[in-house]
Amino acid sequence: MKKKKCVAMLLAGGEGKRLFALTGTAAKPAVSFGAKYRIIDFTLSNCTNSGIDTVGVLTQYQPLLLNEYIGNGEPWDLDRSYGGVHTLPPYQAKTGGEWYKGTANAIYQNIHFLEEYDSEHVLILSGDHIYKMDYSAMLAEHIENDADCTISVIDVSDEEAKRFGIMDFDGDKRITSFEEKPAQPKSNHASMGVYIFKKAVLVDALIADEKDPKSHKDFGKNIIPKLLGEGKRMFAYSFKGYWKDVGTVTSLWEANMDLLGERPALSLSDPNHKIYSRNEPLPPTFVGNTAEVENSILTTGCEVYGKVVNSVIGAGVVIEEGALVQNSVLMSGVHVGKNVRIDYGMLDEDVTVGAGAVIGDEKSDKEHIALVGRGNKIPAKAKIESGKIVD
Amino acid sequence: MKTLGVIFSNIHDKEITELTSRRTLASIPFGGRYRLIDFVLSNMVNSGIGKVGVITKMNYQSLMDHVGNGKHWDLSRKNGGLMILPPYNNSDNALYKSRFDAIRGIRHFLERSDEEYVVMSDCDAVCNFNFADAVQQHIDKHADITVVVHKRKLDGEKLARSVVEYDVDKRVTKVSAQGKPSGEKYVLANILVITRRFLLSLIDNADDLGYSSFSRDVLARGCKEYRVFAYPYNGYFASIDSLASYYTCSMELLDRNKRIELFHKDGADIYTKVRDSAPARFAPTAKVRNSLIADGCDIEGEVSNSILFRGVKVAKGAVITDSIIFQDSEVGDGTRLHCVIADKQTRILAGRMLSGHETHPYFIAKNTVI
Repeated sequence: MKKKKCVAMLLAGGEGKRLFALTGTAAKPAVSFGAKYRIIDFTLSNCTNSGIDTVGVLTQYQPLLLNEYIGNGEPWDLDRSYGGVHTLPPYQAKTGGEWYKGTANAIYQNIHFLEEYDSEHVLILSGDHIYKMDYSAMLAEHIENDADCTISVIDVSDEEAKRFGIMDFDGDKRITSFEEKPAQPKSNHASMGVYIFKKAVLVDALIADEKDPKSHKDFGKNIIPKLLGEGKRMFAYSFKGYWKDVGTVTSLWEANMDLLGERPALSLSDPNHKIYSRNEPLPPTFVGNTAEVENSILTTGCEVYGKVVNSVIGAGVVIEEGALVQNSVLMSGVHVGKNVRIDYGMLDEDVTVGAGAVIGDEKSDKEHIALVGRGNKIPAKAKIESGKIVD
Repeated sequence: MKTLGVIFSNIHDKEITELTSRRTLASIPFGGRYRLIDFVLSNMVNSGIGKVGVITKMNYQSLMDHVGNGKHWDLSRKNGGLMILPPYNNSDNALYKSRFDAIRGIRHFLERSDEEYVVMSDCDAVCNFNFADAVQQHIDKHADITVVVHKRKLDGEKLARSVVEYDVDKRVTKVSAQGKPSGEKYVLANILVITRRFLLSLIDNADDLGYSSFSRDVLARGCKEYRVFAYPYNGYFASIDSLASYYTCSMELLDRNKRIELFHKDGADIYTKVRDSAPARFAPTAKVRNSLIADGCDIEGEVSNSILFRGVKVAKGAVITDSIIFQDSEVGDGTRLHCVIADKQTRILAGRMLSGHETHPYFIAKNTVI
């Protein structure tokens, strides 16, 4: 078999605690986003659009929905006879078996996968970011620099900088310092959690790190600083464009709202960089005589008889007459009864809201989203205050 | 019970020349995101049919592009699956002229199959119909042929579909395309079940029997001789045989009950080719009423009583009423469209005013710029 130039390893095992009810039964990458997508669609589509046809998806927390969703990878064109998408859960071996203890350990436990494809380079990705990126441009720069490791960076605000790995680099983009979640950030260059390694360098580093009992087995905390300390050729790749970590309810809501407006911050209609997803066999959306839809996106199979303003509406959602859905995110299969009011709400899949119920408040804000977990039935005339979580 | 599916993709092309100038009837867009063939293909798959042959004659590039290897209907299979059956030509036979000729052309396909029964269907029917019941009745009655019929109010016009009469045992007594009948009658749905061995014997003996037309010779004449039964279908059924009926049937989808019957009946989904369009965008200036809007639409203007296919752009100030706009068409600023059917990728520039009438929708051909 011809060797692959680069394979991708997608870290999708995170629990996503700060998404609360949304990750009760689904891993964070499987959470719905943007009416017809799941978060992982963005990284998988990026791989396909970048010519990367071999992707290992490392799963651990609540993997059922995610596994089923990924399936054989056909929606992303990742059903390949050699390569394609593979889910890689923790497993038992003769020497024992254990859960993934950290991002680095997860890859360490799958070194055999990297050896099987024996690619020259390995792309490490996180399954919880929303962005459209051509990894092939980054790979080209990585190869041109003869880098051992290239880290994709994006400039963030001073406030945000404390949440990320922050680095400094010289005029040649060679990284001079790296600090994970610093209290006093020295720059605004944040790591996007997108790394390309030479495979040999990565494998050696993972084996060494595994032997270190003090290590957290984490890329940002251990692997990157260690390699930098060893004087390896580490480069930054500057990414310009939309990128968002959707690890919190607020940021997930914001990212959804970024799809709206006269000129949306994130456009999904670029024919040269489609976002692929598993499509549901539903007819087009129907907007009824009593409906009003303003500044919103809706995907297929909806039946709208009420008013929808500044909202993102998933597949097969029904909004009955007299209902008002405003500044909200409704995931697929939600049923909104007559005269319901939803404002600053986020409703997970298959939630039903009884007639006359009130969820959230028009005076609320992005920090106080009313959140309703998958499959909940909100009784008629119930009131869910803004910022409340219904598990 | 194994059943084989055979679909005629071209049979009624001449009835809707506007929409079939560059495509088969089977690939006519319908319902915002579908092609006519999606309904019959999905019905076959939902009825448990795993092997389907699609008979084509001409203009079938768009059809092949649409169905591909059949994976969207779960028909990309090692055993069976979807097979396109283009005309098989040698020096002494020309392109087939009738349904019977077309069937003779696939003799080899029928011979090599081992299914006992064949469901044959045209693409002019829009319905969500499980064939399993009709096949079961066919078996129970020891029928040679079972024709699916549906009730239709006829108004004394010349008929495009044959009228069927049958007795209490459902045995067909008369099949006629003559005259101008009126009142409530059962007409052929252009879907039938036939025993494969019986079909092969018809083909092999056609010359001796003097058969050349399926409806005239096999059904109208043969119903006296063979065991031909009727299976009345009473669910939602739209028969598309003219541009006007295409328009009327499309507009019926704006009725919630009809949508439920067509798209959500007993959990049977209608499948189509996936295009990965973004969700539809309703801009702050959009005003949409009583309309079907597919993914990928970008609406800044006003739309009412209309159907917008995937990727249609409606500029600010445009007003679209009672119209059907196909995939990727663009409607410019201030333009007004009423009772218009715009084919794929048309561009109706700013400030245009175009209007047809419900019985005579104004048709704009593919790729036209107005």
